[in-house]
Amino acid sequence: MTPDQTTAAEPVVEPVVTIAADRAPEPGPAPETAPVVFDVRDLNVYYGAFRAIRDANLHIHRNEVTAFIGPSGCGKSTMLRCFDRMNDLIEGARVEGSVKYHGVDLYGDKIDPVEVRKRIGMVFQKPNPFPKSIYDNIAFGPKLAGIKGDMHEIVERALRQAALWDEVKDRLKKSAIGLSGGQQQRLCIARAIAVAPEVILMDEPCSALDPIATARIEDLMQELKSQYTIVIVTHNMQQAARVSDRTAFFTTEVNETSDTRTGVLVEYDVTDKMFSNPTDERTENYVTGRFG
Amino acid sequence: MSDIVVVPPPAPEPSEAEERRLLESTISSSRRIKNRLATLWLYASFVLVVIPLGFIVAYVIAKGASVLSVDWFTKPIAIISSQPGGGMAPAIVGTIIITFWAALMAVPLGVLGAVYLHEYGGRGRLARLIRFMSDVMTGVPSIVMGLFIYTIWTLRFGLSGFAGALALGCLMLPIVIRSTEEMLRLVPDDLRMASYALGNRKWRTILTVVLPAAVGGIVSGVMLAVARAAGETAPLLFLIGASRAVNWNVFSGPNSALSLQIFSNASTPFAAAQDRAWGAALTLVGLVFILTIIARVVAARFSLKHQ
Repeated sequence: MTPDQTTAAEPVVEPVVTIAADRAPEPGPAPETAPVVFDVRDLNVYYGAFRAIRDANLHIHRNEVTAFIGPSGCGKSTMLRCFDRMNDLIEGARVEGSVKYHGVDLYGDKIDPVEVRKRIGMVFQKPNPFPKSIYDNIAFGPKLAGIKGDMHEIVERALRQAALWDEVKDRLKKSAIGLSGGQQQRLCIARAIAVAPEVILMDEPCSALDPIATARIEDLMQELKSQYTIVIVTHNMQQAARVSDRTAFFTTEVNETSDTRTGVLVEYDVTDKMFSNPTDERTENYVTGRFG
Repeated sequence: MSDIVVVPPPAPEPSEAEERRLLESTISSSRRIKNRLATLWLYASFVLVVIPLGFIVAYVIAKGASVLSVDWFTKPIAIISSQPGGGMAPAIVGTIIITFWAALMAVPLGVLGAVYLHEYGGRGRLARLIRFMSDVMTGVPSIVMGLFIYTIWTLRFGLSGFAGALALGCLMLPIVIRSTEEMLRLVPDDLRMASYALGNRKWRTILTVVLPAAVGGIVSGVMLAVARAAGETAPLLFLIGASRAVNWNVFSGPNSALSLQIFSNASTPFAAAQDRAWGAALTLVGLVFILTIIARVVAARFSLKHQ
């Protein structure tokens, strides 16, 4: 299917991670030319007095899968939530700096977070289908957005894109809670897709799933990439290597004075380079498994 | 040092009888006895609890069934209480419409109040005040509530079913608020997050996700409140008067209620009146029972399917 991606030169360090031949990322647009969707500048996120992320800068490119990796508590999920203003829902959360979406600062004065979330969807770690029927789950978003059109068609399209249609087409009116974990997560992805967002954010989408369900969702990400921009947070380095075009590595820095840890973006580059020839020593230590 | 290492001979394979004895004796007999006693005690407690309920239901049915007839449900209340005859239609109608109006006022107010408390108020000052006052209201004696409505309403507008509904509504309100709030608390936050992530506003999330998820529990709480209201006697004593004919107008004119009829009939020494009291009691229990069933069916329709 896809040609095996060979690493550029002799690797400096022998990576622990190897890219599986049958699931190598599709060759995407050249790094310099891919249009930018998110432009993050000097981002600092606070929960009350505690700083969760310090001075982060990065660009997310269109139609790519970008992975955020790093140890626990390094701010990956916090960073992800900045993109759709879900941090607003956490008491005491404060964002400084700018997160520009197609040039518009998402945290500008007049920006309505609800409109932001209609364009930038999110899938959570634990599948959270509504206790409604499968059909109603998918139709929920389009109905409330007032999307006109044949609802049946919209639901079918979303379920097909999420590779769930064949499994549920005969029981659309049954409760979504009766599905297995992997199916529920694909349902949540279909639900997010049904409102036709531009970006899909995924917060550790496979961590609650078995390996086979995980593999299906990883395949799904490759298929969805051509239509959506995907940002995923993952604990699983191998997953990041398999699935993403670009990877951002976060880590925690200890503040001596206040004895707290702050998340910091260490390195952000094309995935191949991150895993075979990273620039920063901390990245190298992490991806080779020497720590974390 | 000797080269020979003495290895103890392998233990002989246990025979079947020995194996069984080993397996059977893992629970000591004293533990088994304690287990049996505890189970027995639990069953006995259950029976003890059910006995009064069973007694009441059986007694009410036995004593009240003889009075029930078509006349019972259609005729006005007898003028001469010492003789059998007459019906309970005014009281049945009265209880139904007064309880209906009480619920009409208390349920939306209570559910919306609980939504405010849980979804918007949180730990703020106003929310804490409302919760506190709601708890205080639960403890107000029903006759005091009746006195309150008497002073502000009945003295001005006269006896009416609506005055009774006001008092009963006040009694229902704290129950609805507290039980609804508990139910909202049980709805996992995950669901709200999923709804917000789809670009849904807070009030719509509450309407389309949170309330449907909690509706089963909310209905239970409401039925509890309705059952209490339907059975209250004290506040109605001086709010609705005593009408002998059916009065469909809840806003003007005296009305009647089953609970009041039970009270007035049971306080007379006549056997016929006593029978009527039992009949009214049976009707009231039956009414609440039917209402509860209807409510559960309706809730099941609106509620979301669980596999």
